[in-house]
Amino acid sequence: MKEIVKDIRNWQKQNKKIAIARVIDLDGSGPRLPGAAMAVTEEGEVAGSVSGGCVEGAVVLEALEVIKNNQRHIVSFGYSDQEAFSVGLTCGGTVHLFIEPLDW
Amino acid sequence: MSRKPPKNISIFDRVEELLSEEESFALVTVVKGPPVGEKIIVFPEQKGGVDFEGTLGNSELDRVVTRDARGELESGRSGVRNYGEFGEAREETVQVFVESFIQPPQLLIVGAVDFTAALVRIGKVLGYRIIVCDAREIFATTQRFPLADEIVVEWPNKLIEKIGQTFGPRDAVCILTHDAKFDVPAIVAALATDVGYIGVMGSRKTHEDRINRLHEVGVTEEEMSRLRSPIGLDIGARTPEETAISIVAEIIALRTGRSSTSLSETKGPIHD
Repeated sequence: MKEIVKDIRNWQKQNKKIAIARVIDLDGSGPRLPGAAMAVTEEGEVAGSVSGGCVEGAVVLEALEVIKNNQRHIVSFGYSDQEAFSVGLTCGGTVHLFIEPLDW
Repeated sequence: MSRKPPKNISIFDRVEELLSEEESFALVTVVKGPPVGEKIIVFPEQKGGVDFEGTLGNSELDRVVTRDARGELESGRSGVRNYGEFGEAREETVQVFVESFIQPPQLLIVGAVDFTAALVRIGKVLGYRIIVCDAREIFATTQRFPLADEIVVEWPNKLIEKIGQTFGPRDAVCILTHDAKFDVPAIVAALATDVGYIGVMGSRKTHEDRINRLHEVGVTEEEMSRLRSPIGLDIGARTPEETAISIVAEIIALRTGRSSTSLSETKGPIHD
């Protein structure tokens, strides 16, 4: 999260609504370790990353939902879940993310 | 267990403050269960110090989570843990995510030479806190190593004796002087610490000569086996920059215990 604090700060100064997505757990192989974080504003601006580019697009959509309905929750993306999710990690692992509004 | 009520600022502000002060701490967030989103900030064990700030909803859960978060924090790990509502083990009502923020690993480079400048740059990319040490004042300058966090003009063994107790498995010492006058005492001092990596630069011939000198001062075979000498992986590096890459690659491989061969030549998972 360290590397996105500055961007978040700037957005906060402009009173933008923000959601933070953090990798909390991995099953099998995954490019980024728990703690990797990404912040998304209501306007769709992005800082940081949570994978090697495999799931970022879908995370932005989830984050925008979280900003809208204020519901924090875990979202998982995995190769085996291809039918449930349109994206996954190409390396075959599953990544679990916690996405929450920055209201803390 | 001593708890401090949160400061009159948001948790995010507090996290930013602690990061800027380079404190070690864990941010614990409930990611599943009734108090979802609740957070506490856990500090390393320190006599008379504060254990944690905030609350996850009840003091039992706070106590158990603080204890476990400290374990994660000590090894610099981040991950999830499950509990009952009041911190019971083997229950899964509440899941927390422990995110550890620890001080960056240290890289001590002994010898202010051309290779040092490149290693400072590459080490910085990897997030190391970098100390350059050389006894010669005209070489150990900020102008030559603008990215170094600290430049110390002192006999390297003296410096290591002074700060060596702060070295741990994540830290590295690279001795680039290839001058027996400096490197033998520096190696002896580094071997007395818990530092994870000790690399020593020099040709094969210098290395042989150094081994003899180390034997003369009583360094054992077992201690010798901790040394990476000549320093670096065999990737045919020639320039200071290439050499720096071969050194940091060796540091990473030693830490992870991996083979250092091309992935195209090996099988099995890429990430552990």
